[in-house]
Amino acid sequence: MIASLIAWFSDPDHWSGPGGVPARALEHLGYSALALVIAVLIAVPVGVWIGHTGRGRRVVVGLSSALRALPTLGLLTFLAIVLQIGLRQAVIPTTIVLVVLAVPPLLAGTYAGLQAVPREVVHAARANGHSTGQLIGQVELPLALPMVVGGLRSATLQVLATTSVAAYLGLGGLGRYLFDALAVQDYTTMLAGALLIAVLALAVDGLLLLLQRLLTPTGLRAARARV
Amino acid sequence: MATHPFRPGPLSARLPEAVTPRRRAVLGMLAAAPLLAACGGDPLSSASSTPAADGASPGGAGGVVRVGSANFPESEILGELYAQALEAEGLQVERKMQIGAREVYIAALQDGSVDVVPEYSGNLLGYFDKEATASSSEEVAAALEGALPEGLTALTPAEAENKDSYNVTAGFSKEHGITSLADLAGYAGTLRIGGLPELAGRDYGAGLSGLTEIYGVPQEKMAFTPISDGGGPLTVRALTDGDVDVANIFSTTPAIQENGFVVLEDPKGMITAQNVVPLVSSEKVTDRLRAALDAVQKKLTTDDLLAMNAATMGAEKKQARQVAADWLRQKGLV
Repeated sequence: MIASLIAWFSDPDHWSGPGGVPARALEHLGYSALALVIAVLIAVPVGVWIGHTGRGRRVVVGLSSALRALPTLGLLTFLAIVLQIGLRQAVIPTTIVLVVLAVPPLLAGTYAGLQAVPREVVHAARANGHSTGQLIGQVELPLALPMVVGGLRSATLQVLATTSVAAYLGLGGLGRYLFDALAVQDYTTMLAGALLIAVLALAVDGLLLLLQRLLTPTGLRAARARV
Repeated sequence: MATHPFRPGPLSARLPEAVTPRRRAVLGMLAAAPLLAACGGDPLSSASSTPAADGASPGGAGGVVRVGSANFPESEILGELYAQALEAEGLQVERKMQIGAREVYIAALQDGSVDVVPEYSGNLLGYFDKEATASSSEEVAAALEGALPEGLTALTPAEAENKDSYNVTAGFSKEHGITSLADLAGYAGTLRIGGLPELAGRDYGAGLSGLTEIYGVPQEKMAFTPISDGGGPLTVRALTDGDVDVANIFSTTPAIQENGFVVLEDPKGMITAQNVVPLVSSEKVTDRLRAALDAVQKKLTTDDLLAMNAATMGAEKKQARQVAADWLRQKGLV
């Protein structure tokens, strides 16, 4: 198995053309990035609102978690059929299921980050004359940022691992190796595809970890160092 | 001849072929587990035995016969046909329906945890002999005898089969005068074809390579969309919506008739025969078991499969066990 896996990775045919690893990895990253951007646009504002006001947490988080509990593949098939867009726009149902997957961890990271900001800090900012916008933009969000990025890391890992389902509807991505190889019992290619997805997910996670470190405010870092 | 979703991957398995769009939609919406249990009959029931009606001892005839099936509706119906026929013969039966992929239930047959599983001749042959070239029912049946490993026996194949079929809409057929695979080469534009990913595989004789080699459709004139739902509602939908011109759908799918698709003829025998055949653990083959299963096999037709699939998937949503019981009664086998 190991030997055939090495042979698979060293076959130049697997590294070029529209079915090659670079092309498939780019497609994979593309679908994932699209879903993550949309998820951030939805989850971060909602998370900020919940974290700032302390309201709606139960409803919004409960709802997003309930959606998250839907099996991705079932939801994908359901959407592909009810959205009436057929397979020409297969990227739409695919993106929706990935967004559904990415929103809960992002939402949790954002509101938890905001709620973790010490009340004294918030009150002090208010006393200094910060408006609500300034309070959120200059105090709460910067302090919450490491946790927001933590949510993003968790969402990214899940989305990158799940983008494989794009191949179910005939799209590309690294999932093609899994689906096409499973269809012909080619386990070497399946294993190669699974490894590629794992490596991609870990590499992106590493980058985000770096970003998380960079975005941690100096004050917080100093505070942590002291603890 | 590779396989079709009767060697289902986890996906085509969970959402089996030939589930009508509405049902699939409901399945998706309510998210599998509880509903599957509700409408799949009794997929997880493992033990259900009817003591011999004629008073034969339960331990007789080699003890309990464990009947399994793959995890899609038609296989469970077939498993029920076998189980109930064996029960009527006075054998004690244990049901192990809805076992996953072919790899799994073949392994279960070989280690003795299952004794009888319904199979399809062409795919079964392809599973044990990747280089098999047999295509007609007779060729496949003959080749199968030599291909099965020690310990597995294929009983009599039925006339009934469920195989690949290439479908076009009635409108497309009329407009372009296409009623046969042989007509495809004359199509002016690029043919958009949808179906399981294995159709694009080089080894899959009934796939794109077969269309090129046997029917002379140039490779560059085919655009393939892989759809992994086993010729299910997504594939049907792609055809009705015009996303593809030709869709590969399993021949006993009720949606073919419901949508008035034209099944393209296969005059050169490209598509491998897939006759229903019971695969049995050799040590469990007795005269009584063989007689009971042969009685089912002799009467089972492709039209019966279609009708039984329609009964489980159509408006009635009957349970596999009920559908099987109805058929056996109708044929005078119980």
